[in-house]
Amino acid sequence: MKAKIHVYLKPGVLDPQGAAVAGALHNMGYEEVTAARQGKLIELDLTGDDADAAKARVDEMCQKLLSNPVIESYSIEIA
Amino acid sequence: MKSAVIVFPGSNCDRDAHDAIERVTGEKPAMVWHQESELPEGTEFVMIPGGFSYGDYLRCGAMASRSAILPAVVAHAATGAPVLGVCNGFQILTESGLLPGALMRNAGLTFVCEKAPLKIDNGNTRFTSRYGSTSELIIPIAHHDGNYFADAETLDRIEGEGQVVFRYGNNPNGSQRDIAGVMNEQGNVLGMMPHPERAVDEKHGGTDGLALFESLLGSA
Repeated sequence: MKAKIHVYLKPGVLDPQGAAVAGALHNMGYEEVTAARQGKLIELDLTGDDADAAKARVDEMCQKLLSNPVIESYSIEIA
Repeated sequence: MKSAVIVFPGSNCDRDAHDAIERVTGEKPAMVWHQESELPEGTEFVMIPGGFSYGDYLRCGAMASRSAILPAVVAHAATGAPVLGVCNGFQILTESGLLPGALMRNAGLTFVCEKAPLKIDNGNTRFTSRYGSTSELIIPIAHHDGNYFADAETLDRIEGEGQVVFRYGNNPNGSQRDIAGVMNEQGNVLGMMPHPERAVDEKHGGTDGLALFESLLGSA
């Protein structure tokens, strides 16, 4: 199995890198961009075949290491 | 006072920390590798130095805060013993949950390396007591991720409790409320982005960091 974890900054946490990306896109003429937020995608290869159990374990990994709850949220996809 | 400096792969201020502690106490601190699971017996003061532990992978300080030695540091802090984290050490302390908040990419997106004017916000701590009537310092900073963030409620709380120890005179990184250094509620764990260990000798270009170590380590 694979787990895909998206880690992103919580709403309200300023994202200077996202702001720089939005600024660069504007400079390139993409004026429709009103904001950019930058996050991370983490892919894990997992043993086992119980998707629910895997998700519970990955959720624990997110809380313990993969995200920082002070500034980040995350979502998990198991495939 | 017996001291220990924790060394991670990628620490690069561990020697400066060692030398600053030795200068003030006359005793060499133990250099403790991150894969150890215990501090040397009798350790009183623990310093987590600056650097780029684990290459800053994932988040600055994230891996280091989960390394083998950290439970011993957390347990040591729980006894009320002094712990100081500088720069990457500050990031490790927030990641480990010993200090509130988080350190994010500098608002200007660039690495800043300069002498930073600081204001002592709380001179009545075990880290600042020897500064006397001095309230403004110059301490070097050198970081890419020193932008202190916490939600408004947390900021109000730590300000109210006197946990904000240092503020920038000229905010170099976008830190909320100009915060440069915070301590825990009990007042025995301090994290700061500026490097006091790089300001303990005239040859460093200043000695404003010396009184911090003297406050902590109690030399005459």
